[in-house]
Amino acid sequence: MDITDHMDSAPNTDKMSGHSLIATADIAIIGGGVVGCAVARRMTLEGARIVLIEKATDILDGASKGNSAILHTGFDAPVGSLEQKCVSQGYAEYLDIHKKFNLPVLKTGALVAAWSEQEEDKFEDILKKGRDNGIQNLRLLSKTEVLNLEPNLANHVRSAIFVPGEYVIDPWSSPLAYLKQAIENGGQAIFNAEVTGGEFDGKKWLLNTRKGQVSARYVVNCAGLYGDIVDQRVLGRAEFTIKPRKGQFVVFDKTAGKLLGAVILPVPTERTKGIVLFPTIFGNIMVGPTAEEQESRNNASVDKEILISLTEQAIQKIPALAKISVTATYAGIRPATEEKQYRIIQDSHQNWITLGGIRSTGLTGALGLARHAHHLLIEQGVQFDAMEKPIIPFMPNLAEHLPRDYHTPGYGEMVCHCEMVTQREIHAAMAGSVPAGNLGGLKRRTRATMGRCQGFYCTARLAELTQGKFINSLDMGKADE
Amino acid sequence: MNNPLNYDRCDVAIIGAGPAGLSAAITLKKKGIARVLVLDRESDAGGVPRHCGHPPFGIIEYSRVMTGLDYAKRLVSTAKSAGVDMALKASVTQLGPGGVLTIATPEGTGTLKAKQVLLATGVRETPRSARLVSGGRMLGISTTGALQSMVYLKGLVPFRKPLVVGTEIVSFSALLTCKKAGIKPVAMIEENARPTIAWPLYHATRFFGVPLLLNTRITQIIGKDRVEMVQVLDGRGNSREIPCDGVLFTGQFTPESTLVRMSHLDLDHDTGSPSIDRFGRCSDPAYFAAGNLLCPVNIALNCWRQGRRTAQWMAQEK
Repeated sequence: MDITDHMDSAPNTDKMSGHSLIATADIAIIGGGVVGCAVARRMTLEGARIVLIEKATDILDGASKGNSAILHTGFDAPVGSLEQKCVSQGYAEYLDIHKKFNLPVLKTGALVAAWSEQEEDKFEDILKKGRDNGIQNLRLLSKTEVLNLEPNLANHVRSAIFVPGEYVIDPWSSPLAYLKQAIENGGQAIFNAEVTGGEFDGKKWLLNTRKGQVSARYVVNCAGLYGDIVDQRVLGRAEFTIKPRKGQFVVFDKTAGKLLGAVILPVPTERTKGIVLFPTIFGNIMVGPTAEEQESRNNASVDKEILISLTEQAIQKIPALAKISVTATYAGIRPATEEKQYRIIQDSHQNWITLGGIRSTGLTGALGLARHAHHLLIEQGVQFDAMEKPIIPFMPNLAEHLPRDYHTPGYGEMVCHCEMVTQREIHAAMAGSVPAGNLGGLKRRTRATMGRCQGFYCTARLAELTQGKFINSLDMGKADE
Repeated sequence: MNNPLNYDRCDVAIIGAGPAGLSAAITLKKKGIARVLVLDRESDAGGVPRHCGHPPFGIIEYSRVMTGLDYAKRLVSTAKSAGVDMALKASVTQLGPGGVLTIATPEGTGTLKAKQVLLATGVRETPRSARLVSGGRMLGISTTGALQSMVYLKGLVPFRKPLVVGTEIVSFSALLTCKKAGIKPVAMIEENARPTIAWPLYHATRFFGVPLLLNTRITQIIGKDRVEMVQVLDGRGNSREIPCDGVLFTGQFTPESTLVRMSHLDLDHDTGSPSIDRFGRCSDPAYFAAGNLLCPVNIALNCWRQGRRTAQWMAQEK
């Protein structure tokens, strides 16, 4: 395998890497996606000193920036699988902690909707699987019941399975909260630090990164789309190969918010969960994702024909969407592998764990997966004393159904009018324990420019507020006088 | 500046301090209406002309040729001397039945009750996302509005060599802005066989030395952190790549009618504007609408005229 092909630049190991030691920790976590952030939090809470190493300038730069933001119950996960266990645990833990972090949950429920007789034929299997997975409250709804619940659904819906426990969350504030908790309790995060290689001396690892060397007793590889590459570079072998799978989404304007209450899941096929129609916690309606195999691990481009097709599929299911404009389009890339299940690699001789192939369920599964990683480390002989009173960061709320920053006086000025983002929120996102490292990070922390005008009104002010703060700035310098 | 939350006995509240809203406010004061409050969510009044640093504005209104910026200033000072009250940084978040507005200000949120409300929230351009254009999502993709506010309000440029998409009046304005800011567009493209406005674009593109490519559309925006090139397809089915560092989407104006869409007022779904009768009155008789919110897109003069006319109807109702 040529591992250099898809990287931003060739990993010219020694020349590019700094040689100075920049961090020493019990556990090094490679990758700042949702899994890496969750592992950082878990291990910090368990008493370990962690360092999270990320190649980009901010967290959530890969697969974790483009998911569907659904908190899954795991009703349709493979029975008895690690994925099912992690999703189930992650679900429970999220609901247990979200209030303390001020992280929002929108209790939407989900409908697995059948639009044909063949789809209805699969309901028995789905119900059985749900029960086998310990989800007891699935209910079969007749057409009338479905339409009572969701009156804007198209009339050709036949019936549905109601999954009351499927919820919608903030997909970016949640992992940010996990990493903030790790950092605020003594952890460390290093950015622009792509891992280029490493040595294990029998007791500890010395990882080479583009920023310098990191020493740690244990390593957890959470590199997502680059998980196999990191294993290859450091261990010299990879037990799986990432097969990037692109998923495109279309976001409808917030005026569509009132058209849909629940997540509309399709009857799944072998390969994918299929196209989902769902409310976001920010008040939009979204449709997606597609499942497109591709070579590139970082090219998340969108295609007009597919966006049109997604829009049409959404309108077929909710005809009133025909009158609603599109606010945004985007694509995410999921780190699929040759096999469907989570790819967990443990090398206890070398104090190494790889958490790979975490796809659609990663947002929910991350907290459970972090506990799983902790257990694996205990098996490898680690011993830490869990923190007694860890600091819990209080996250700014971005959810539409709860009070936003602008409801509290003293916000300075409204910067982004579509998403109601204040100057105070922008300043806060650029500061704190995990400040925004790039514009994408700032958007994910505040929602600035993510609304219907996509920056028509606020780009100038945002360019001014962020000038000189990021490597890639909104502006390209001064205008001629 | 007024705090709209402490503004009592409001006769008319006007949402939007652009040409339509301000000319309506001035007219209402002239007609003897006592308490007229113009609300705007921006820190400065004047609306879109504020970020048009080029002429021609004000020819009929003030009998002279002005830049948009000067025109906006002049409108604001005329309104102030006419006794119009203004509340800036005031974001109306909800339109309630009978003229009750929910408002967010940096000092707090609350409501304002007005006997009549004029909606003059204007227009914006359709951004790349809503046009469903293929390709990556990187820095350097802009609309004319974003470009102009960046250039004229902040003195910054989002790109140096963009590809300009569209051939509307505003596209001409975009070329002027580029010229002024030292930006050199690599080409201007139009999907149709003819520009949307034949004159003055033929002349302008020649004058500015910008190739005008007709029958041409974007098939892909390519780049990593910033736009690096754009793939286009011409009418003969030939595809080629144009190196550039930005894409400027011009025109395809859409009414800024979010407040209406979220409210009890009827919407005309074909235009995206509020439904009105011939006096500019909405489905709730406390509400009126004027300006570009109704007819995207019109020049400032026409918005100014329409604001004045609607204000006359509103004053007669009193």
